[in-house]
Amino acid sequence: MSTQPPHTTTTDAPLPPRDTLLRMFLQMSQTRCFEETAARLFTQGKVHGTAHFCIGEEAAGIGVTAALEPQDLIYATHRGHGQSIGKGMEIRRMMAEFLGKATGVCKGKGGCMHIADLSAGNLGANGIVGAQLPIAVGAALSTRLQKLDRVVICFFGDGASNEGTFHEALNLASIWKLPVVFLCVNNQYGMSMHVGDHVNVPDLSVRAAAYGIPGWSADGNDAVAVWQAARRAREIARTQGPCLLVANTYRIMGHSKSDNNAYRDKAVIEQWKARCPIKRLRAWLLERGLASEQELDALSARARHDIDDALAFAEASPDPEPAAAFTDVYA
Amino acid sequence: MREITYAQAIREALAEELRRDPAVFFMGEDVAAYGGAFGVSAGLLAEFGPERIRDTPISEAAIMGAAVGAAMTGLRPVVEIMFSDFVSCCFDGLCNQAAKTRYMFGGQTAMPLVVRAPAGSGTGAAGQHSQSPEAWICNVPGLKVVAPSTPHDAKGLLKAAIRDDNPVVFLEQKLLYRTKGEVPEADYTVPLGQAACRRDGRHLTVLTYGRMVARCLEAAERLAAEDGAEAEVLDLRTLVPLDREAVIASARKTGRVLIVHEACQTGGFGGELAAVVAGSDAFFYLDAPVRRLCGADTPIPYNPTLEASVVPTTDSIAAALRDLLR
Repeated sequence: MSTQPPHTTTTDAPLPPRDTLLRMFLQMSQTRCFEETAARLFTQGKVHGTAHFCIGEEAAGIGVTAALEPQDLIYATHRGHGQSIGKGMEIRRMMAEFLGKATGVCKGKGGCMHIADLSAGNLGANGIVGAQLPIAVGAALSTRLQKLDRVVICFFGDGASNEGTFHEALNLASIWKLPVVFLCVNNQYGMSMHVGDHVNVPDLSVRAAAYGIPGWSADGNDAVAVWQAARRAREIARTQGPCLLVANTYRIMGHSKSDNNAYRDKAVIEQWKARCPIKRLRAWLLERGLASEQELDALSARARHDIDDALAFAEASPDPEPAAAFTDVYA
Repeated sequence: MREITYAQAIREALAEELRRDPAVFFMGEDVAAYGGAFGVSAGLLAEFGPERIRDTPISEAAIMGAAVGAAMTGLRPVVEIMFSDFVSCCFDGLCNQAAKTRYMFGGQTAMPLVVRAPAGSGTGAAGQHSQSPEAWICNVPGLKVVAPSTPHDAKGLLKAAIRDDNPVVFLEQKLLYRTKGEVPEADYTVPLGQAACRRDGRHLTVLTYGRMVARCLEAAERLAAEDGAEAEVLDLRTLVPLDREAVIASARKTGRVLIVHEACQTGGFGGELAAVVAGSDAFFYLDAPVRRLCGADTPIPYNPTLEASVVPTTDSIAAALRDLLR
């Protein structure tokens, strides 16, 4: 797929500290559990609306957020549950938002396609593919004008890289040398269209050359490699200006709840399931003696517990008052 | 009181707000050294420097999106979209992002940004540089829409718009840029959502805004002189929020209503105004059907005779007023 081999875990760059690695494992497990629980709620007919799941893409989100500093901002995608959990959002309020409850992080008015938590530095998920790119540039401009030591990470997908906003945003950020990382989660599908069919370059990161900014790819199923690449990207953005990092991964689930995967080979899906980023991180941690089976089992159990707790909280929460439909239209 | 032009009034408002609040900055295409396509921002670069007066590439979607991102993170951007027609190039940023983010995020953020955009025909710029797109925008909850008709209001409304915590589309009237009027030097604002009665009258009401205000006033004077009928001319100034009380009160008072705007009729803001009148108790005071006089449902043509023929004129307004009195 790549003209250059994607970045994989290397000993040339610093590795994440152990506590970071364990937090990544926990958050990736929480994300997986959140998605599986949410998908089950659909099957049970308990949810009104839609959702986009990032199963299989957990490393591409949390490998990045784990590499950030608390003051950094992210702009998430519509497939952004992992990105949001990684940025430290309260999972209870995410689940409540998914169920449309008053206790949801957006008071039940956005749903999981618009999960945002500005207090956690999450500028929100967007329902319009590619719309977040110029918005992230604006947040980076704001960072510059307010002289803050902060980087903005703009998540988007391979599909969004074909929107005009991709070009406008990367160009604007490059001429103004703004502290923004354009973080493409290449999950290989824009709804049903494969990246090989919707893009005429073998590696999306080569598009960075058009803007005179650094661009490279990482193995998006290797959480440690993503972390290392994201650290580097953050440093480039902070000191030099924008860069484009592509995390190559695979969308295991359909586009949204109504997708029956009619456009792709089920055998390929199974191959990618075997490349599970959570299992891979687990194996890596064990291999290096950075964690024991018991520790990792305990983190998996905690993830399960956190999602069960979030679901119980959400289910027990009230719906918004009818009047809530008419508030927050204007400040 | 001193007189300055509409364009100077807008520049003064920008400069005063840039001085008053370090969170305010201004960006757009050719707005810095060039001073803006209509010269409105001339001189601002020299006073405020390139960090706060920013030339952008020809990238309307990036301009609008960047304004949203800046507004969500502590700044108060003012952007210029060179011609209001070009809002079509950044419609998502305006209508899906600026307008809805606060609501979708459950009120977590304000969206203090202003989109300045010159509107209207009469410059020979044909179909893509002459429109009056307010109806496109007024249909989006979350946005405010302003269309000033005088230098005084242009300054006061722009200052109010910049201080507002919501996205405001500020539709400047190209043909008014060089018109002069009294403008205080002191700091003042004109609140959004308040209409102004430009001419008191008891026989009929004209609801209008923007550059049509002057034509309606001319037509009203002609009617008074030639027919002895007194038309009340209400300048809406702000379309969203609309000063419904003023509209309804005037309709009740006179019982006859003419709505005048330059924008196309079908789906235009005049339909909303007619519905406000008809849906209120002013309906019971009406002596004639509410009438609209709007731009034709055509693109704006290039030829000057054709161009003038598709928007209301003083003559056509006066004729409509007379019709309404019959």
